[in-house]
Amino acid sequence: MIEVKNIRKSFGEKIVINDVSAAMKSGQCNLIIGSSGSGKTVLMKCMVGLFAPDKGEILYDGANFVEMTGEQRTNIRKEIGMLFQGSALFDSLTVQQNVMFPLDMFTKDTTREKLKRVNEVLDRVNLVDTNKKFPSELSGGMKKRVALARAIVLNPKYLFCDEPNSGLDPQTSLVIDKLIREITIEYNICTVVNTHDMNSVMEIGNYILYMYQGNKEWEGTNKEIIFSKNQRLNEFIFASEFLKDAKEMRMLEETGKMPPGNN
Amino acid sequence: MGIISDIGRYLLMLKGMFSRPENGKMYWKEFMHQCSDIGVGSLGIVAIISVFIGAVSTVQTAYQLITPLIPKSTIAVIVRDTVILEFAPTLTCIVLAGVVGSKIASELGNMRVSEQIDALEIMGINTKTYLIMPKIAAGLLTIPMLIAIAMALGIWGGRLAANMANIVSPEEFDKGLHEGFLPYNVFFALAKSYTFAFIICSIPAFFGFYVKGGSLEIGRASTKAVVISCIMILFADYILSALLL
Repeated sequence: MIEVKNIRKSFGEKIVINDVSAAMKSGQCNLIIGSSGSGKTVLMKCMVGLFAPDKGEILYDGANFVEMTGEQRTNIRKEIGMLFQGSALFDSLTVQQNVMFPLDMFTKDTTREKLKRVNEVLDRVNLVDTNKKFPSELSGGMKKRVALARAIVLNPKYLFCDEPNSGLDPQTSLVIDKLIREITIEYNICTVVNTHDMNSVMEIGNYILYMYQGNKEWEGTNKEIIFSKNQRLNEFIFASEFLKDAKEMRMLEETGKMPPGNN
Repeated sequence: MGIISDIGRYLLMLKGMFSRPENGKMYWKEFMHQCSDIGVGSLGIVAIISVFIGAVSTVQTAYQLITPLIPKSTIAVIVRDTVILEFAPTLTCIVLAGVVGSKIASELGNMRVSEQIDALEIMGINTKTYLIMPKIAAGLLTIPMLIAIAMALGIWGGRLAANMANIVSPEEFDKGLHEGFLPYNVFFALAKSYTFAFIICSIPAFFGFYVKGGSLEIGRASTKAVVISCIMILFADYILSALLL
């Protein structure tokens, strides 16, 4: 479980995150949503230690990450996997070498054992016959899957995904969402996903934190979000007519009644 | 203020490199990879430059030595000393600042912009130790070797040009090479090459590692890294000459 308590982060005069708290449980997908510039990426970077918060606590199973020594942080980081927006694969390494990199760095396994593990995770993300390919030879969706395989190769306790669907077509986005959800449940990982993809919100959002201009505006589940009365949230989530219709359909499915104002 | 802040960050970067490697084997692999990239990768250009510089030095020295009172072997003495003292270490390192420096800055800059450095940090790897230390160590090992090769090839190029243009016979050139040779000059050249190697690898690493923005900024950082490295090489050249000669 990851707990964020009263996190505040500013760059110069500008406060980017203001007193945000949240509790993210293991075995579920915890989503941070919000429009561009709302502070969700900064919050995630604070959580993984890429930015130091000005104030507040980040607790990994009760241990405060902010106050840890360098060595303690390194140990926690070995339990963290991260899927970056741009995949962040090492250009000069093949798919196999990319996925094997954390194993090479942190385990004393034999090459045969490492190769077995690499093939297991590549198989898990449905990638076959790509071991010898370089990142430049892969499609966007394949790169994301390789990055996901690299993120889970050390069996992490915490998985962070920064906009995993950006730049992907809707079908590939669904595949990535499905993989993230399955892996989260299968390995009982505390997964934190930073997204503004509405499909992801509805499909995998076990816990949703909505950020607005650096503040926590709303939190709940993907079921509760349908019935939320928060105007900013509704304007953000159900921005188009199509999504508004989809919301009404979902409400009808859930309650058997049309929302007020509809015939 | 910006310069002072940059110097401070540069020193902190150097300090940050000294931490215990997570896995010695991986660091060794990276070090060998860098040795191949910096050393073997630059061998061709260093060889070409050195031979031509030696050849040009011979021709130009002969052009200026018109008096019959000075023996022809003096040309070899001048070529030898200018190549060893200045041309091989300084000129080669200025070229290497362009070749190796821009490569280091753009490689690290690209890694920063595409979040590869963040990915390494999240894995729990000290990125300064893993990415910068092997480059500097490889530079300190291979660049003096390249300079030694440049010295030999420069003198050989001079000898070749002297022979081809009928300026000095090979025997007379060889005689000149042995005249008043000071081994200290080689020590001085190697001292310069170690200093320059450190500049060539650490300054571009700094500009690449801390790049912010996109591909345009990578290009700018790369250019800035080369320009500042060249200036620092010339500055260090003067200081070392003033101190050691």
